[in-house]
Amino acid sequence: MTDFSIIIAGFGGQGILSAGIIVATAALFEGREVSWFPSYGPEMRGGTANCSVVISDQVIGSPVINDTDVLIALTGPSMKKFARHVKSGGLIIIDSSLVKDVPERDDILFFPIPASKIASEMGNMTFAAITLLGCLGAHTESYQRESFEKALYEALPQRHHHLIPEEMKAYDQGAAFQEVVLTPEAIKAVTCKTVR
Amino acid sequence: MSSRVLMKGNEVIAEAAIRAGCRHYFGYPITPQTEIMNYMARRMKDVDGTMVQAESEIAAINMVYGAAAAGARVMTTSSSPGISLKQEGFSYIAGAELPAVVVNIVRCGPGLGGILPAQGDYFQATKGGGHGDYKNIVLAPASVQELYELTVEAFNLADKYRMLVMILGDGTLGQMMEPVSYRDAEQIETVEKPWHVCGTKDKRQHRTVQSIYIDPDDLEALNDKLQAKYRTVEKQDTMVEMIGCEDAEIIITAFGTSSRISRNVLRLADDLGIKVGMIRPITLWPFPSEAIMEAAAADSVKSFLDIELNAGQMLEDVRLAVNGRKPVHFLGRTGGNLPTQKEIIEKIRTIAGR
Repeated sequence: MTDFSIIIAGFGGQGILSAGIIVATAALFEGREVSWFPSYGPEMRGGTANCSVVISDQVIGSPVINDTDVLIALTGPSMKKFARHVKSGGLIIIDSSLVKDVPERDDILFFPIPASKIASEMGNMTFAAITLLGCLGAHTESYQRESFEKALYEALPQRHHHLIPEEMKAYDQGAAFQEVVLTPEAIKAVTCKTVR
Repeated sequence: MSSRVLMKGNEVIAEAAIRAGCRHYFGYPITPQTEIMNYMARRMKDVDGTMVQAESEIAAINMVYGAAAAGARVMTTSSSPGISLKQEGFSYIAGAELPAVVVNIVRCGPGLGGILPAQGDYFQATKGGGHGDYKNIVLAPASVQELYELTVEAFNLADKYRMLVMILGDGTLGQMMEPVSYRDAEQIETVEKPWHVCGTKDKRQHRTVQSIYIDPDDLEALNDKLQAKYRTVEKQDTMVEMIGCEDAEIIITAFGTSSRISRNVLRLADDLGIKVGMIRPITLWPFPSEAIMEAAAADSVKSFLDIELNAGQMLEDVRLAVNGRKPVHFLGRTGGNLPTQKEIIEKIRTIAGR
């Protein structure tokens, strides 16, 4: 694997930066090289947050990504902003409970997952990002489930460790979703799932 | 070496300093390096050290001056506008021949500028910044692991030469996380400091640490001594990384973050059938002129491409070393923007003519 890149984008409070750290930690447990780079610009004050993770089997060149293999978007504006930077054949994973748009691309693999709805049903909104990371783990070579679970124990403070078995259930729900081919019917189905 | 842990660049600098025996830290917060200070605030109490949030950057550098004169391993950190404020102190530290470590996590300027990464402080770091004929050793790490290694090295070099050693990073390096593996114990090169002021206890003549010399001959003697020392540093402690320079047609010169971006490009250029190598200065002062001179003399090398996050600063040192033997091209971005791999590849194709 050479410099496999992931952008996770949304707004502050959704656990965007932590999700990136968990991804990087999980990949590190697989013996890979990793880098994590947060947006730290003034836009953070307006509420958006994003981070880039690079996973590689060799020394990583740039930690700063222009074109990404995967976009995980938790808000509409962040999907719009980054969708055009996804490489052809790459993945776009969205929280379809929050993102009502679909990417205007026919050369990517699209995974709309009602992550916030799943998290809400499980009674903990912080599980939304974990659900999306389940999809990432299942459909790419980023990390194995075991490494991800280990990464949760590493990255989360002790006081949250009792939640991890539940988080892994959210992970498994996300992992079960399949790609949606962007036909007009599929687009309608995605946008109808939106919780306003 | 211990197992690899994922850590933020800024925090690694702080941890490395503590491992290197730094027990005194004086700073003033500024983005994008404030995590260094936060980490020091948390950790210094565990090691009986002192962390002071000074009232200003100028106060902080003068606290460094004082602690260094008393023989302590001491550090201050800041970002570009704060480093500008410290320049007077740097010059005094050079004049008084005190060992100290300063970190500049560069942001974009001029003026208050912005908080995003840049390399616009190269001139200030390597050509003086403060007044008078002096030099600081300037280290340019390019990864989180290297932030660790070079921060430890900075303290050893500072003590070895009684000089200020600056670590010149940028917002990318400070903010990013990468795996770092720490040694079980640091190689701390303890140096006798027979000059340090620590109280005579009425048992010996008092010592002075000063940078004022009213007699011109005395001051010239100090200058001669400093220059002789700087020549020794140039001879003994110049560091450079050469990547794929054998039979390269184009050689990229880049340091820190711009060298990271360029590293990817070497592979991409190879796919296009253009052999590109890279010379990455690890010490910006002393500058690895000889490595560049030798590369410029090689028949295979047709040209150089200097890549920086500024309008062309190290470019001047590269041109001096190349000395007109080969063309030196330049690609730079400013304002917190980073050159993309695509931009660099386009530039390489234009230079190579294919």
